Amino acid sequence: MSQSAAPVLEARQISKRFPGVVALDGVSLALLPGEVHALVGENGAGKSTLIKVFTGVHRPDGGELIYNGAPAAFGTPLDAQRAGISTIYQEVNLVPMMSVARNLMLGREPRGRLGVIDTARMYGEAERILAGYGVVTDVRRPLRALGMGVQQMVALARAVAIDARVVIMDEPTSSLEPREVETLFSVIRKLRDDGIAVVYVSHRLDELYEVCDRVTVLRDGRVAHTGPLAELERLKLIALMLGRDLDEVRTGGLTRFSRDRRRARERDGARPVVQAEGLTRRQVLHGVDVSVWPGEVVGLGGLLGAGRSETAKGIVGALPLDAGRVLVAGLPLRTGSTTAAIRAGVSLLPEDRKAEGIIPALSVRENIALAALPSLSRAGVVSDAKIDKVVEVFMRRLRIKAASPHQPVQELSGGNQQKVLLARWLAIRPKILLLDEPTRGIDVGAKAEVQALVDELAEEGLGVLLISSDLEELVEGADRILVLREGAVVGELSGDDVTEDKIMASIAERGAESDG
Amino acid sequence: MAEAVAPPGRRVLAWAQEYGVYAAVGVLLLFNVLFTPHFLDVANFRTQLVQVAPIVIVSLGMALVIGTQGIDLSVGSVMSLAAALVALYLGYGAWPALLVALVGGAVAGTAGGALVAYVGVQPIVATLALLVGVRGLANVLVPQLVEFRNPDLIALGSSSLSGVPVIVVIAAVLTLLMAFLVRRTTFGRQVVAIGGNRAASELSGLPVRRVLLLVYVISGVLAALAGVLATARLQASDPTSLGLFIELSAITAVVVGGTPLSGGRIRVLSTVMGALLMQLLSATLIKHNLPQSWTQIVQAVIILAAVYATRERGTR
Amino acid sequence: MTATPGREQVSRVLQQHGALMVLAALVIVGSVAFDSFATAGNAASVLVSSSFTAIIAVGMTFVIISGGIDLSVGSLFVFGGVLAAYGSQYGLFVALALPLAACGLVGLLQGLLIARTGMAPFIVTLAGLLGVRGLMLAISNEGATTYLVKDSAFARLGQGGVLGLTWPVYITALLAVAAMVLLQRTAFGQNVYAVGGNEQGAALMGVPVARTKVYVYLMSGLLAGLAGVLNAARLSSGVTILGIGLELDVIAAVVIGGTLLTGGAGGITGTIAGVLLLGVIQSLINQVGNLTSAFQQVVSGLFLALVVVAQRLLGRAQRLG
Repeated sequence: MSQSAAPVLEARQISKRFPGVVALDGVSLALLPGEVHALVGENGAGKSTLIKVFTGVHRPDGGELIYNGAPAAFGTPLDAQRAGISTIYQEVNLVPMMSVARNLMLGREPRGRLGVIDTARMYGEAERILAGYGVVTDVRRPLRALGMGVQQMVALARAVAIDARVVIMDEPTSSLEPREVETLFSVIRKLRDDGIAVVYVSHRLDELYEVCDRVTVLRDGRVAHTGPLAELERLKLIALMLGRDLDEVRTGGLTRFSRDRRRARERDGARPVVQAEGLTRRQVLHGVDVSVWPGEVVGLGGLLGAGRSETAKGIVGALPLDAGRVLVAGLPLRTGSTTAAIRAGVSLLPEDRKAEGIIPALSVRENIALAALPSLSRAGVVSDAKIDKVVEVFMRRLRIKAASPHQPVQELSGGNQQKVLLARWLAIRPKILLLDEPTRGIDVGAKAEVQALVDELAEEGLGVLLISSDLEELVEGADRILVLREGAVVGELSGDDVTEDKIMASIAERGAESDG
Repeated sequence: MAEAVAPPGRRVLAWAQEYGVYAAVGVLLLFNVLFTPHFLDVANFRTQLVQVAPIVIVSLGMALVIGTQGIDLSVGSVMSLAAALVALYLGYGAWPALLVALVGGAVAGTAGGALVAYVGVQPIVATLALLVGVRGLANVLVPQLVEFRNPDLIALGSSSLSGVPVIVVIAAVLTLLMAFLVRRTTFGRQVVAIGGNRAASELSGLPVRRVLLLVYVISGVLAALAGVLATARLQASDPTSLGLFIELSAITAVVVGGTPLSGGRIRVLSTVMGALLMQLLSATLIKHNLPQSWTQIVQAVIILAAVYATRERGTR
Repeated sequence: MTATPGREQVSRVLQQHGALMVLAALVIVGSVAFDSFATAGNAASVLVSSSFTAIIAVGMTFVIISGGIDLSVGSLFVFGGVLAAYGSQYGLFVALALPLAACGLVGLLQGLLIARTGMAPFIVTLAGLLGVRGLMLAISNEGATTYLVKDSAFARLGQGGVLGLTWPVYITALLAVAAMVLLQRTAFGQNVYAVGGNEQGAALMGVPVARTKVYVYLMSGLLAGLAGVLNAARLSSGVTILGIGLELDVIAAVVIGGTLLTGGAGGITGTIAGVLLLGVIQSLINQVGNLTSAFQQVVSGLFLALVVVAQRLLGRAQRLG
């Protein structure tokens, strides 16, 4: 545990605002030398913003950063790194095509005669350093030829070798094999013993409890809790992350979902509109089964990284699968083809609106019509009349606020962009809608409208798969909930069992030893 | 970024991006009307337009390709291939020869498009291979300049429709067709969407690869047509030098017209304006007895200025 | 999909040394098929004619590994030659210094534009291609004036030699070795690979990204100019009609040599093999006699297409997951 020393890095009342969002609101966090500090929180809680403040990517708007007892302002990530704060990202930030040794030694290669790099010594030194991390490999091989675990270890070794005093790890185990995780943990413990402060960001509770000393929970840009981890119950930790108070009995009613809708669907004789069986993808999904009946809203619960988005992407063919199949209304779907999925009536509202949803420079009208273009044209020529009609219908029905249908969609608010995307999908008259975080990052009014719309669509007989980190939304919106953890379904809740407590309990269950 | 009112500097820049090329053409025209003797002669206009027509046709295809974040370096070589094919098949008549040339262009475009869309080769290398190989092929087929006397083909190059050269009419019609294709067809909208956000287009079920392939095929066919027209005007097939450097002129026209190299936007009429601007520029310099070297230096400056204005951070 | 180490290594060797292997195979085939191919004279002529392209290709290799491209080298080659021939009337020093200074300056400017404004290398050097050709025409009376080399010492630089090879061949060899050391054994070389392999990552690892890019284009400009200088010395004149499309031949040679156009991987050995490969193909086609040189272009184009397709597939095999 900590040696009761002065904090090596301390955030004091840090605030950071982005247009329309307060990402951090008076966050304080003290990092002691020789501790492994877990930093947890759901999407939008402010974790990544805080990390970016620590590493010089963002400048805080308020508050100050104390490093080694003196106020610090890092202009660039490089400044922070030179000062001794290193970050190991999920996507390893090295040069994949360069050799392991050259990556490890870049910028401080051993020189020989004539000031030329002494390769023999460089390879020897690299081998020696990596051996200290339990990695034995041919250091001449390009980095990308090695497994993610080794790559991560190289990044870690590099960070430590350049005299890091603080090492920040962002989801370091997300692409590691169990054996590699063990190696990583022993390295982390060694760092701790050497007096280095480690910030450990992860959603795998088992791992947090195994390797971390203290925890700070962020929620909505504020610190929800900070303290020793061992004293904190699992269920309590999840409740803190999800913003739920265990003692308080929830009465709900804050969302726009109608409460009287939950009912057991009449399934006799009917077929599920979509039936996914054994969806498997290395390190991401491990045999996920999901079925949705017409008119049913199925919720996917679980923490970040549990495989919810991946399940949705696997169903529409946007994520290559190693195994598994998808049936739509009983007919098998060609895997790996979004075009086939969409033609069969399956559509996905992706989580990342900017990167995977909108075409920013195109107008509202064109964004809405995009997927339905073939049906809105005659002999390949788009029919303005048909498009206008569809666009008008959906802009009115979804109450999309835009100066005109011809306004570029990038100028709209997040909520309206989301509605445009919903309109894009509704315009193709799908049989099932997969909604990945449909209300994230949109204002309260739009959120209520989207929720009401989901209800309405289900009433009309559409199947809906709802992914949401907002427990309340999930509980009130879904008829049935599948809880995912580490790429597998670990619980199914229906009827009266659909409660926030039960979801959290299901997530909290200790992971089986055979995980991974 | 914040959606506050843009500062005046940015607004001027935005205006320049949008209408700069029209303004520049206007200024040059005005300058010539005032200071260049005989500029307003019909003959002069005809010459200028006939000269620029093949570049315009090639640029139309190039604009489409650039709209998908691609580039097509093979257009000049495809022109020379078309010239060679025309010379070889002229014995069967002008129209069959034209058809063969266009098919040749389509095949070259298919090769490039397949490499880009299905193999995943970068557009710049895929079409570079074609640039080298296709011109070689054209030279192998027709090693030296071949003159011809086919009246149909000669007519295509030199006759006029109520005073307007046929070549110019064809370029104008193709411009309108391309504008129609981009704005009014499913295909055109899909091209723009793919250039604007490929991941979103894939998730929206667009046939991304097929559209990309077709884009290069169209570029190839247009280049072949330009090659045939240029050949018809020369009254000789010259695969060795026909279309040399035209890929640079076409890229220049597209870029100067304000179509961003980062894709997602295709400005058809502005591209034509870009081609006209460059033509007018060199004509002006020549008419005022400034040597060709000046033209190229000024062209270089204009390209840099245009790209700086529509600056996007790309690696290539 | 997990590539087994064996497969991965095979694909890596193929990627790095494929051009060399094909080159060896072609030389063997050529020697068996044509009596006049495997002669010292023919070998010397291939080496001499390849040396100018090779010098430019060395610079281009740095540019492409850094993730860029330089289209201006063909124009710089001619520009350098014309300036050298013009400068030779003032003696050997001017004949060397004037073109190198001018071409280096152009390279520097391009590098600064690319590194500081974030404009695409493709466009900046395309403007360079046009602008430098304009400059060349401007100083040569629109290409009509061909300056003759007046300095005999300078002419000897291009025409003299030992052991049946002219000096440019030796200079090329020296430059190639120096470039290899620079690329593999110095911090600058490491930075070039890092910038091309992962620009953001490189910046985080402390690599001076902008400076590295500027140097790379400066080098490419200098080397293109030098190739022009040597060529002028060889021809005893500053010929103005050369160099059209040369940049594309050079890029083709570099890519055939296994340097990835996406940046981050490649090397000088491969580039030299690529240049020689194209030279040998040319020579073989000359041996066949009734084939025109246009045939060489067809083969080069096909070969280039083949290489990039192979690189895509090999690249996939080398990546895990």
